Amino acid sequence: MPDVAGPIQDPMPQVVDTEQLIGCPNCDEVYRAQMPRNGERAVCDRCSTVLIASREGAGLRILALSIAVLILVVAASFHPFLSINAAGIGNKVSLLDVATSFRSGLLVLVSVATVLLIVGLPAVRVGLLIYVIAPMELGHRAAPYARRAFRLAQELKPWSMTEVFSIGCAVALVKVSDLASLHFGPAFWMFTALSIIVVVSDRYMCSWSIWKAIEVSEAEANPADSQTEQAPT
Amino acid sequence: MSTARDMGLVTCTTCAKVWPMEQDRCGRCGHRLKSRQSNSLQWVWAFWFTGLLVYFPANLYPMLVTETLTGTQSGTIVGGAIEIAHHGDVGIAAIVLFASVVIPVAKFIAIAYLAISVQRGSAKRLHQKMHLYEVVEFVGRWSMIDVFVVAILSALVQLSVVASIHPGSAALTFALSVIFTMLSARSFDTRLIWDSHDVRVSEPQ
Repeated sequence: MPDVAGPIQDPMPQVVDTEQLIGCPNCDEVYRAQMPRNGERAVCDRCSTVLIASREGAGLRILALSIAVLILVVAASFHPFLSINAAGIGNKVSLLDVATSFRSGLLVLVSVATVLLIVGLPAVRVGLLIYVIAPMELGHRAAPYARRAFRLAQELKPWSMTEVFSIGCAVALVKVSDLASLHFGPAFWMFTALSIIVVVSDRYMCSWSIWKAIEVSEAEANPADSQTEQAPT
Repeated sequence: MSTARDMGLVTCTTCAKVWPMEQDRCGRCGHRLKSRQSNSLQWVWAFWFTGLLVYFPANLYPMLVTETLTGTQSGTIVGGAIEIAHHGDVGIAAIVLFASVVIPVAKFIAIAYLAISVQRGSAKRLHQKMHLYEVVEFVGRWSMIDVFVVAILSALVQLSVVASIHPGSAALTFALSVIFTMLSARSFDTRLIWDSHDVRVSEPQ
């Protein structure tokens, strides 16, 4: 395993102080948590799950990329992503049109799900990330409900499917190529760009570092609070 | 090396923080703490069967109904892919077939294999099983391609009498099938895979 960063492999101490520990969410192995050196990753010895991957300036990068994604998502929903031309009749669709195009019974669910997965959830997710990371990057106390917001952002991750949609556009283009001529609109390129940004941004994302940062930020702002929170109930 | 459970601790699956076994909720992220999701496999199987149940109509009923001047055509998932291949776009046809036939079927098999091997307490090929699970989680979302294509085309191809495209009932059942298999995979507690590793074989470094 080439990626194992040294510090995390410490054998377990017998006296347990849970503050110092990190558990692998995938296989339950416990380690003494130590931040790996900048750019290195701490990997679970048993199942190879990446536990910590800290990078300097990651927070600021995630923040910048998330703002870019949010702007692109909003802009892309109003611009057409595909246009069609056949026998002199043309049509252009934006995502808003997709959302409002189905009116036949249960199939409305398909369009609602589509718009939710492509625009709704990705927008909510980056919105939450901005909400959590921005105050901390600016040196303020973590926002109220930052913990809940970050947890929700993590849970939304598999359900934001912008990159799948980009490929879907390409497939749609080919599928009706004999019926009519199709062209990519500006929103298609925005979706492609934001799919790439999301992937890059997620590479910088280290859940452990952000949880730590939230804890530290709240403890600094209000030492008494953090004391009571740490005490197991 | 020892697991949290062996030490009388419990790991938060959301934020990886470790807490005493008695604790109910993670003090950092607020997630419910459970040493093992004891009913994990019940959920996996429930979602798995539901997903399989709606996967059959998804393949038998039309995904797209195309109305042109010359008549109405309805195409199933596989039919649509074959049609694309006839146009010469074998690459795109392969993507569609892969995303909406190969991936879903492989996912059903993979999840069933993982669940059964955990139920039997098999301690073989743990790394491969973990890897298989990660692949299943990663590729699951890509099956939504066909649903998105249907949604796009139905909105786009509305050219009065010249041509219009409507979604068929398979669009809904296929979307449900993808969502249920994603839920099935997510209900799986991967720690169960490693529990069978009780007889600790020294890991090659």
